[in-house]
Amino acid sequence: MESLGIIVAFYLLSAIAVGGAIGVFLASDLIRALAFLVLSFIATAGLFLTLSGDFIAIAQILIYAGAIPVLIVFAVMLAPLAGRNNGNGLYLVPGLALGAAVAVTVAFVAVDVEWNELSGALLAERDFATTAGAIGDALVGRYVLAFEIASVLLLAALIGAIVLVREDEAT
Amino acid sequence: MNSTLRQGRRRPAAKVPLGLMIVGAVFALGFLAVNAAIGYVVIDGRLDGQWYDIRDLGIAVEELKVQLDAINDDQPSFLDDIVGQHWMSYAVGALLGAIGILSFIGGALLALIWIERRLIGRMQIRRGPNRVGPYGLLQPVADAVKLIQKEVLMPDGADRILFLLPPAIIFVPMMAAWGPVPWAPQMAYLDINVGVLYLIAVSSLTTLAVFLAGWASNNHYALLGSMRTVAMMISYEIPLSIALLSVVLITGSMQLSEIVQWQADHNLWLAALLPIAMLTYFFSSTAELNRTPNDIAEAESEIVAGFHTEYSGMKFGLFYAVELGNALLVATLVATFFLGGWSLFGLEEWIPGYLILFAKLSAAYFVLVWLRGTLPRFRLDQLMRFAWQYLIPLSLFNLIIVAVEASLLARWDAPGLVSLGLFTIVNWGAAYILFRDWARRIGYQPDAGGPRRAELTQQVGGIEAAHRMGTAT
Repeated sequence: MESLGIIVAFYLLSAIAVGGAIGVFLASDLIRALAFLVLSFIATAGLFLTLSGDFIAIAQILIYAGAIPVLIVFAVMLAPLAGRNNGNGLYLVPGLALGAAVAVTVAFVAVDVEWNELSGALLAERDFATTAGAIGDALVGRYVLAFEIASVLLLAALIGAIVLVREDEAT
Repeated sequence: MNSTLRQGRRRPAAKVPLGLMIVGAVFALGFLAVNAAIGYVVIDGRLDGQWYDIRDLGIAVEELKVQLDAINDDQPSFLDDIVGQHWMSYAVGALLGAIGILSFIGGALLALIWIERRLIGRMQIRRGPNRVGPYGLLQPVADAVKLIQKEVLMPDGADRILFLLPPAIIFVPMMAAWGPVPWAPQMAYLDINVGVLYLIAVSSLTTLAVFLAGWASNNHYALLGSMRTVAMMISYEIPLSIALLSVVLITGSMQLSEIVQWQADHNLWLAALLPIAMLTYFFSSTAELNRTPNDIAEAESEIVAGFHTEYSGMKFGLFYAVELGNALLVATLVATFFLGGWSLFGLEEWIPGYLILFAKLSAAYFVLVWLRGTLPRFRLDQLMRFAWQYLIPLSLFNLIIVAVEASLLARWDAPGLVSLGLFTIVNWGAAYILFRDWARRIGYQPDAGGPRRAELTQQVGGIEAAHRMGTAT
């Protein structure tokens, strides 16, 4: 049985996250939608914190609340069609379908996993005192191949972006 | 005029009355006695770990927590299920730390406005604020009262919610970033093991608040300023993060208290070991802070006041306070990461760690004020080029060097003086070569006919002329 504080925090953060997500959907102004999105991301980071996932929570804030909004801001500024209006319903049906698919997948995993196996004394046995260290060990140890592939992929994307936007010296 | 001023500057020593001398002697003796008593207690080890050890206020808080836990142990068991077993120690600890940080920042902000304006005044050969209260000390209070009284205007067509939100949300990252700073061995409010990442993450939230402020103002200058800020922040966050990464590599920890402990254990400030990282971090921080020489986001001569053009009254005051608070935070982080934090080669046994850290952060803050008082502003494209073509390659080179050294340090079983001394020499050599040669590589030409000294000031007579005109303090 968790203490009351954790339960209150869980429901509060979940409400903020879901409310923010709904706000993204309903806001007519694109920048307001962005603000709602950041609110939702930060609440999700808080959810990670209630699970003692300090590294993942801070990575969430760093990437999703810090970097992704800047990316969206640049998209809004640079893409002529983005404008200020969020009312474009062109991708409503595919978007809903994708969202439903993700929700179903997550729900299936949540129901399927035997959570009781990974709680209490059994969780304490695994000794996750520092998640950052454990994640680091896993990344350059067991999952080093995936890590390297991801880095090569990102490097290729970086170079591709530079090649795409490069102005020709001759012209 | 000249002669009277000169005489005023060399005032003969006044005759000290006998009573004052006696009082002074008594005070001096008392001071020595207190010092001797402190020395006795410290050498004797009577303070170590006691709750009245003022060198580390964290010990007192820990003691208080133990007492509170003892009280909590007597509570009825059904309360354990509802509010948790030791809720009082959590609540009191959180409250004490928050109050401590808030009162420090609140006091420091008021003091800093005065100190900074006086210092810059002195550097620019003028007086600075000197009318409100003795030496103008009450000027910040008067400013705050004036700002609160002013009307808060909102431009036509501004996004009402998004216009009112940023002054509030920009305050949160500034406050939150003070959490992991260790003021003494046990005196850190939020000593998490991913402290460095936490700092980077929290400070990146400022970008969004600044952008929202500029966007919602419905003003071209404000939008330009906020776009400049966003572009600059994402550029300078890269060298800043890489500089901190090299600190993490060499100390082997992302926990701020561990980083300081490493410096205390090795009796070595990281400023000596990692000069490139230190300079990169310092310069990138001034860009993140929007301070001269990098204040293009609010360049008054170009875009009025940048992203807070349309803000008036206390909403502008909040932006101003956050700017100062962030400057103070950067000074604190430089002192923590690179200048040894609360440690001072064993002197922390005698002097409270928070006083040492305060002295160091004051020194770092002075350098920030100095830069602001002396350097002209960069142009936007110069600043961008400087980040992408100069700082990022340099910090990447530095990262490679430091990574090699860190892996050597983990394997090589040499005494610290040998290995770290060698690394220090290598790093300073690398810093010299990299800073000089990379600048030449990207087209910097030293001595292209420009004056080597501030000739214009010398031609009009320099500081002497200022004294003649009676404008210098």
